[in-house]
Amino acid sequence: MSQPPSHAELAALAARHNLPKLGGRPPLPDYLRELWGRRFFCFELARARFRSQNEQDRLGVAWIVLRPLINAAVYGFIFGLLLPSRSRQENFVASLVVGVFIFQFFAACLTDGAKSITGNAGLVRSLHFPRAVLPLATVIEQLLALGPMVVVMLVVTLLTGEPVRLHWLHMVPALALMTLFCTGIAMMTARITIHIRDVTQLLPFITRIVFYLSGIFYATPKSTSGAQGALATVLEFNPVHIYISLVRGAVIVGEPAPAGAWLLGTVFAVAFAVFGFVYFWAAEERYGRE
Amino acid sequence: MSDEPRPTVIVDDLHVSYTVYATGRPAREATKLLRRATSMRRAREVVALRGISFVAREGEAIGVIGRNGSGKSTLLRAIAGLTPAKQGAVYADSDPTLLGVNAALINELSGERNVVLGGLALGMTPEQVRAKYDEIVDFAGIGEFIELPMRTYSAGMGARLRFAIAASATHRILLVDEALAVGDADFQRRSEQRINELRDEAGTVFLVSHSLKVVQETCQRTLWIDAGLLRMDGPSDEVIAAYNESVK
Repeated sequence: MSQPPSHAELAALAARHNLPKLGGRPPLPDYLRELWGRRFFCFELARARFRSQNEQDRLGVAWIVLRPLINAAVYGFIFGLLLPSRSRQENFVASLVVGVFIFQFFAACLTDGAKSITGNAGLVRSLHFPRAVLPLATVIEQLLALGPMVVVMLVVTLLTGEPVRLHWLHMVPALALMTLFCTGIAMMTARITIHIRDVTQLLPFITRIVFYLSGIFYATPKSTSGAQGALATVLEFNPVHIYISLVRGAVIVGEPAPAGAWLLGTVFAVAFAVFGFVYFWAAEERYGRE
Repeated sequence: MSDEPRPTVIVDDLHVSYTVYATGRPAREATKLLRRATSMRRAREVVALRGISFVAREGEAIGVIGRNGSGKSTLLRAIAGLTPAKQGAVYADSDPTLLGVNAALINELSGERNVVLGGLALGMTPEQVRAKYDEIVDFAGIGEFIELPMRTYSAGMGARLRFAIAASATHRILLVDEALAVGDADFQRRSEQRINELRDEAGTVFLVSHSLKVVQETCQRTLWIDAGLLRMDGPSDEVIAAYNESVK
């Protein structure tokens, strides 16, 4: 027994007893099946994180809506009162609150998604499960936060004089598409961070640029020439702006969703989700080596 | 060959290395300072295992001993499929479960929630977790602390709860990494009993421990890992005697 057997003997022994080789990346269908098997874990992890995140503060879960509300108030003060401009939306308050709240969902998926593997090293090192559970749990956690945010968002729009209407239901497909898009984003940033840790340092700047390019506190420019024209093009093809305008279309009468937004929103959602998932899965065996 | 028990884990010429992001390259000449600045943060490769081969069979409890940093924990992680092999392979007939000192639990949450989360993470369904819940809590034996967040636990209490969760699922292959070291005498006795039960259910148990006494009592066979290589593999008494001889 003290003399180790040869490589050929061991491989033959494994083959004779049908022992599968460990590690490596399972084929995509198997991976999806494993992922489905851990769906309870994924959901429970998201719920547990969501709770623990807010249990320390006195106001607890209220901060989920307070933070973006204060954020919106600050932007409203700066861009509505200090720097008023004619490019502001008609119902500026409602438009701003919808923009800030919906953007918050995207930003959280982007930043927390990037940390979903590196920030869970303990989990990754001690348990065997499809790693896609981690970025998915991040998105679910943000969806749990989105629930109360949508309620507050609707209350604010009602207070600004917008009517209750059947159109509100458009929010459901709009947010579903955005969730798909954000899942793709979380999967991509989760893997990129593994390759280049420094990305997390850049994320605040990326988030801010996307924020200013998402038409949060200005309306889509009507003239299409020069810098204004370029901005119009960016807004037209910026997925985050598309989802924000779809939600605005659902709750603000004066801001119907632009033509083609649904189509573009669907294309971006499917493309990002599929690409993000495959991109994440392709590096499955790397996540344990950190 | 055919009268031997069925193999459960086959480790074939296993090499494992880690990528570490750290500085540590001194500049040789002042003129190379600039180049140094760019190469400083290069990922470094740390070799943990350099070619290990052995076969583990049904009903075996195998101790793994060696100095700190010799690669014991890495070996278990590789068998658990958590750390990929750089070269060579690990074959195993089911998902080996690793029970380490820092298992997957959330400190901010109560023991109760951690029991549920841990069970689900091991691949149980919510119904199975509910069915096992009382058994897990009893085995951990930490009383009313189960309702408090895990950050209020002592090291020993955390270890008890983790062991109770991990041992609740029936594993064909259980890997125990120092998890018993922090428990009190009563808990050590009960966990050794649980390890024997698992072994009797035709499973295989690996036990990393610095307590040679525990290894000798629990395992018939011991692997001695030294600097990433398998120094010795045989009956516990012989291997431990040789190990004691070398550290003297």
